Amino acid sequence: MNYLIRRLVTFPLVMFGVSVLVFVAIRLVPGDSITAMLGTEAGLLTPEQRQSLAVYFGLDQGWFSQYWRWIGGVFSGNLGVSVTYGKPVLTVILERFPLTLELAVLAMLIALGVGLPLGVFAATRNEKRSDLAVRIFAMIGQSTPSFVIGLLIIYVLSAGFGILPSMGEFVPFSQDPLGNLSQLILPAMTLGLSFTASVTRISRSAVLDVLGDDYVRTARSKGAPKARVIWRHALPNALIPVVTLSGVEFGYLLGGAVLVEQIFALPGLGRLVLDAILQRDYALVQGSVLFVALNFMVVNLLVDLTYVLLDPRIRLGGRS
Amino acid sequence: MKAFLHGLLRHPSGRIGAAIVLVYIIVALLAQAGLTPYDPLKQFRIERLQGPTFAHWMGTDMFGRDVLSRLMIGIGQSFMVAFSSVGLAAAIGTLLGLTAAWFGHLWDGLVMRCMDVLLAFPAILLALLFIAVVGPGTFTSILAIAFVYTPIFTRVVRGPALSIKTRDFVDAARSFGSSSTYILTRHLLLNLVAPLTVQVTLALAWSLLTESGLSFLGLGTQPPNSSLGLMLADSVNLMEMAPWLLVFPAIAVMLGILGFNLLGDALRDILDPRMRRVVA
Amino acid sequence: MTKLLSVSGLKVGFGRGDQMRAVVHGVDFELDAGETLAIVGESGSGKSVTALSINRLVDYGGGRILDGRMDFLTAGGEVIDLARASDRRMEKIRGGEIGMIFQEPMTSLNPVLTIGEQIAEAFKLQRGLSGSAARAATLEALDRVRIPDAARRLKYYPHQLSGGMLQRVMIAMALATNPRLLIADEPTTALDVSVQAQIMALLAELRRETGTGLIFITHDMGLVAGIADRVMVMQAGEVVEQGPLDRILDRPEHPYTRHLLKAVPHFSGGRHVRRDHHRTDKTATSPTLTVEGMTVRFPATAGLLRRSIGAIHAVENVDFDVIPGETLAIVGESGSGKSTTARALLGLVKPHRGTFAVVDERTGNRRKPVQMVFQNPYASLNPRLDVESLLAEPVRASGERVDDAVRARMARLLERVGLPVDSIRRYAHEFSGGQRQRLCIARALMVNPAVLVLDEAVSALDVSVQAKVLDLLIDLQNEMKLAYLFVSHDMAVVERIAHRVAVLYAGRIVEIGAAEAVLSSPQHAYTRRLIAAVPTMERRREIFKLDTADIPTLLRPPGYEPAQTLWRTCGDDHQVRIEVDDREEQSHAAAHRQ
Repeated sequence: MNYLIRRLVTFPLVMFGVSVLVFVAIRLVPGDSITAMLGTEAGLLTPEQRQSLAVYFGLDQGWFSQYWRWIGGVFSGNLGVSVTYGKPVLTVILERFPLTLELAVLAMLIALGVGLPLGVFAATRNEKRSDLAVRIFAMIGQSTPSFVIGLLIIYVLSAGFGILPSMGEFVPFSQDPLGNLSQLILPAMTLGLSFTASVTRISRSAVLDVLGDDYVRTARSKGAPKARVIWRHALPNALIPVVTLSGVEFGYLLGGAVLVEQIFALPGLGRLVLDAILQRDYALVQGSVLFVALNFMVVNLLVDLTYVLLDPRIRLGGRS
Repeated sequence: MKAFLHGLLRHPSGRIGAAIVLVYIIVALLAQAGLTPYDPLKQFRIERLQGPTFAHWMGTDMFGRDVLSRLMIGIGQSFMVAFSSVGLAAAIGTLLGLTAAWFGHLWDGLVMRCMDVLLAFPAILLALLFIAVVGPGTFTSILAIAFVYTPIFTRVVRGPALSIKTRDFVDAARSFGSSSTYILTRHLLLNLVAPLTVQVTLALAWSLLTESGLSFLGLGTQPPNSSLGLMLADSVNLMEMAPWLLVFPAIAVMLGILGFNLLGDALRDILDPRMRRVVA
Repeated sequence: MTKLLSVSGLKVGFGRGDQMRAVVHGVDFELDAGETLAIVGESGSGKSVTALSINRLVDYGGGRILDGRMDFLTAGGEVIDLARASDRRMEKIRGGEIGMIFQEPMTSLNPVLTIGEQIAEAFKLQRGLSGSAARAATLEALDRVRIPDAARRLKYYPHQLSGGMLQRVMIAMALATNPRLLIADEPTTALDVSVQAQIMALLAELRRETGTGLIFITHDMGLVAGIADRVMVMQAGEVVEQGPLDRILDRPEHPYTRHLLKAVPHFSGGRHVRRDHHRTDKTATSPTLTVEGMTVRFPATAGLLRRSIGAIHAVENVDFDVIPGETLAIVGESGSGKSTTARALLGLVKPHRGTFAVVDERTGNRRKPVQMVFQNPYASLNPRLDVESLLAEPVRASGERVDDAVRARMARLLERVGLPVDSIRRYAHEFSGGQRQRLCIARALMVNPAVLVLDEAVSALDVSVQAKVLDLLIDLQNEMKLAYLFVSHDMAVVERIAHRVAVLYAGRIVEIGAAEAVLSSPQHAYTRRLIAAVPTMERRREIFKLDTADIPTLLRPPGYEPAQTLWRTCGDDHQVRIEVDDREEQSHAAAHRQ
């Protein structure tokens, strides 16, 4: 248990580092913040207005107190107001988050549902023709950027079948499950394909690695049939790298799949960040990047929790 | 070295990977030397949006520019960004990882916590944040990708360095009284060349991917300069009318990444003795 | 009556197609029910491959049976050829009729399953037991291998148990369903001598109880003498000789068998110690190496905040000296502090207290008067450096240039340790284990040291290579008047090379003196126990007794200082520590095999 507690202790430390990095990064942007915030309209301000705005946003104070003001707001759920949307940053983020979450979950379900069995299958057929086929698929899948896959899917569908993926207003799952799924299935498959390829590759090599271990030989010496050797003895030992990879990829997806959202015109977190950067909406950039990093770290923590469940050596520590 | 090359050429995916990478490098060098079929910026007005012909093997774009020439320039551009960013990340990451493993204690803690902070961001987001600060462009993408990949190299170096540090030959060296510099360079670094080579190759694949993504979003290479990501972005609204604008750059991106991935896999098989156990 | 197993013309190969390489070239042997056959050989002899072929585990390691028959008499009275049995059939035979235990108990058990689950699996697979029936059977199996407090241990994971305990679990698992044949592949090689004795005792006892046939694979002739009815000697994939135990040990016919019996170190209770040098000689000079009060402690912490809870007293108040041309062997089991002592002398760990001094009376370089040779020749040479760079390192480290004189010395030393001079451009992986260890010796001698610390320097080598490296070490010592500090757990090797022996137990010297005296008439209870556990050629078909005494903890509370050690002198050069606690002495005596 010590392991997990130690991870929990470093969590706020890293989170602090993240907040400082985000804060400092935004302050490093050339030009003054008010111009950045208001864009061309800033030119219409009188010096007095400018000054009062600076006082309002706390910009007249030093970086240190600005940071404390901001981080204090973060703890009370106040991430500031987005200039582009005219709404609190947190509200904007939470509007976008369900789509991103759903997309990430769908992609991961596809990846684990297809990739894991495929990888295990390939490992047991080591160096045979079916193994080779799986490896070629996984290699190509991993080498194709997801936005290229997305573009090709759209091209094939529109040129080949005259279908255009449904775009426009996002339909939440709770309102219209079918409409929601039909909207998300293509982007989920797009993201799922390279994710699946990575899961396939890592589970294949992890199982293959473990199959050479001594305890697998022991299991066979007890007369365990092939399937039991794989599922009961090899796989639980091979899962750690698979969990690590899935956690990292899932965490990335929770940060929004910028490119795929862009292609399928989906209003997710990734595009939110991108638009915020392009429109220089810095309160939004700051808030959403922090939100994404927090997500990512929570996922990592869940991954660590899974390690603890999977491996008694981590759970129980050294010899007692 | 000879045995290594021999092993690489005997490895089925190594052979294919090495061939692809070699072809790309030649294309990139030709492009950099200006040896493209046409001037990539020259606009053949009457031949706009033409499919592949004998004169224009990969067709022309909406301004009537030769796609093949632009593709070659794009490959050169992507490779330049990939190699510079990975080289930079590998150098800094190796230095940090090696010293963190060797000196341990406070320095190790400091370096690794900083890396944890950087790793707490999804990679593309960190690159976006970096670009938000510095502004888009080729040079920025190099720095951004290097920035994102440095913590990964630091980890990749620190792990094995820690394990080599406990090996008997390092103890032996310390028992002779060898200097830290000697041990760091001859014993640790030299034994890290293999895992580093593998990681650099795989990082190159990833870097190509990121560069094309950033350019696709308009945050990397800026027009009128050419890059694979930009060409793909330009093709989006024209794909039904001029699919060659989509297909050729898509294949070029994919094959390039595939080449480095295949090469990296083969290098891992050849250089990492752990894999040999499976075969034996 | 039909034999339990009769193997004829067994050929096994590895690899595919035209890269197929045969490693076992036609093996024939027979085994009666309840009989024990020992297969003896060095690495590469094909002994393990032969064993793995019997239950066809070799199929999963990339091997293939090329030819031959293996007729096995099943419990049902049916004879089947294991070489041709179907996979499905083999799954019933493995575990059901043929059990197997392996060399490394630490890695042979699944780390994510409890030992209870792993033993119960054997019952489930072969007898269809589950739930409480499986649990009851598992408990009984653990009791059978004398694991104390079995009910609680069922829930333990492998990493929570010691190597000896894990090997008992392996035995319990292999014998779970009363197989008619048990294959034991070097089951004690990874264990300490006294744990080895216990495992051997257990195997012998269980064999008697259950009447199972046993195939015992080993490289150690001493172990063979204790357990086998018949012996088969293998070399390079061929059987060179087989026959009844006494015939093979007393009248070996094949030169290789004779070599294994004669050239290889065997423990003889101090009768064959070196006699080329005596401490009591008037020629003896003042010590080269003097160690006084050497104490090494590692801080111990517990809990989240790493609160200090005292220290591990790894080495406590160790004193000894070594004179030129003399070998002092430091013997002990794992955790005794013997390697820590060696490492402290080289500055690889920092002593808590104590001094050591080196006086080099010869002329020459005295910057680095102590050099070390490590246990594992595969790990102690940097794989990326060529021999010249390897040999140059100690010279460079002592601040000298690598000039022609140094290069000449390299060539001379390479030749002296028996390596071709053209090895200078080669890399470590191009050499065999024995050659690498010779290279390590040459490297250590590059700076002309006065003292050579040899930390288990021959333990990783095959037995006949061991003998040759020991001979080389003895020659070099006599030539250069080197003082050796020889750290080892192997009493047979110690008897071969030591002039004096110091026995280390729980971080302290319990007995020190002339090799002959210590080995032939050990005085301290621990030394007696240790020596009794060493297998020898003389003790044949011995009934080992079980002993469950544990090593005391080395963890002491903060500020703890041990009491002054008292010594009893029992001869010219032989001292024994007097245990303060008499009860401890008594319990040792009670545990000691009479």
